[in-house]
Amino acid sequence: MWKFFHKLGSPPWFYSIAGAILRWLVPITLFLLIVGYAWGLLFTAPDFRQGNSYRIMYVHVPAAVVALAGYYVMALAGAICIIWNMKMAEIAMRATAPVGALLTLIALVTGGIWGKPTWGAWWVWDARTTSMLILLFLYIGVIVLYEAYEDKSGGSRAAGILALVGTVNIPIIYKSVDWWYSLHQPASITFTGGSAIESSMLYPLLLMITVFYSLFTCCVLANMRVSLIKRESRSSWVRTLVEED
Amino acid sequence: MRELGMLEYLQRIVRRQFILAFRVPSEFAIPISFFIMVLALFPLGFGPVVKNSGVIWIVALLASLLSSDRIFKQDYDDGTLDQLLMSPQSLFGSSLAYIFVHWSQTGLPLALISPLVAIMFDLPGSAILPLVVSLLIGTVVLSLIGAIGAALTVGLRKGGALVSLIILPLYVPVLIFGKASVEAAIQGSFFSPPLALLTALACGAVAFAPFAIGAGLRISMEI
Repeated sequence: MWKFFHKLGSPPWFYSIAGAILRWLVPITLFLLIVGYAWGLLFTAPDFRQGNSYRIMYVHVPAAVVALAGYYVMALAGAICIIWNMKMAEIAMRATAPVGALLTLIALVTGGIWGKPTWGAWWVWDARTTSMLILLFLYIGVIVLYEAYEDKSGGSRAAGILALVGTVNIPIIYKSVDWWYSLHQPASITFTGGSAIESSMLYPLLLMITVFYSLFTCCVLANMRVSLIKRESRSSWVRTLVEED
Repeated sequence: MRELGMLEYLQRIVRRQFILAFRVPSEFAIPISFFIMVLALFPLGFGPVVKNSGVIWIVALLASLLSSDRIFKQDYDDGTLDQLLMSPQSLFGSSLAYIFVHWSQTGLPLALISPLVAIMFDLPGSAILPLVVSLLIGTVVLSLIGAIGAALTVGLRKGGALVSLIILPLYVPVLIFGKASVEAAIQGSFFSPPLALLTALACGAVAFAPFAIGAGLRISMEI
């Protein structure tokens, strides 16, 4: 276990293991993505009230779920980066931030598209939408802070501190629909209370959430590989890698 | 040379910061003037009847933000911060001392002047006490968060605009609970639950923010 953990700190080893994972994970994810969307878009019944417009849920919900979870991944990598000063954690944090920001943006945009036919407005200043917008700015803040530092290691640690401090906001975003009465529905799927969604709609949704998690992993790993190559471009293992190809 | 005790050390930092502050007394006028000036913009934008206590809280947020990027700037430039980091005393205490001075320059005057503003905005008399108390407690958190942003960016050439971007999202919980306590009082219900949450937030921030500030200062001094 510890040996594995230590090995993760070695750039060439991580580069090759991430490549091996991606070789399998990317095709599987793409396959399941197609299956999940075919299932959700073609083979489930239209909603009683919302008709076909509810189907955007299969993009909106997974993107929002993973955008929130991605913040914790980023903050965790930031914590490892501050405490142990690990180079790989630095790269992981930097790779996670833009992916998380993009997912938040996707959740906001699809939310708007969903909101127009159901709520009658593209944008509503309710607790959930507003707090998701703030999540986007939390991500942007982290990205901007590490870009502002010329010293990469210092910038990563500074951004790590900011990411950690920002985690206090995440439970507020997560719980906003339960604490404030708002237009956005409260959580439909809970671990303890079961689901308020019909199971024929729930299963494709759960599949899509899983797919988005692995899509997130793929993006982060690919991102990390690119920044590793860039950062270590002068080292011998990158040279041999380039010469081999 | 005699070694200083913890309390004496902190006393000296606070005294030094206050002396520096009182050298330029007009600095004290900036947050208050900004506060009232921006509040005056709201009736101009919305028409003469603004019945919303949230406005006061938002402007208090901005007033605290305005001065927060300068908390460490001067001491970074003249090398005092180097001495502070090299001293055997903990950075935890000294950053709290800095924040105390910053708060008494911004949060305290804002809270003291807020009854006047409450009357100008025609808030009911029962809302004045929760407004003052929530501002007193909430601005402590604002100063602490602002100091985190300041510590992380003090070494950067273009820190100012960056501070506002990274700090404002973190101000959100303070705004929520601060506004909620005033709103509860206006509607005649209990204002103590949101105020208690705000106080809990302040206690948490006092306990943990100095660690982030210390770590941020160390990073800023390294580069």
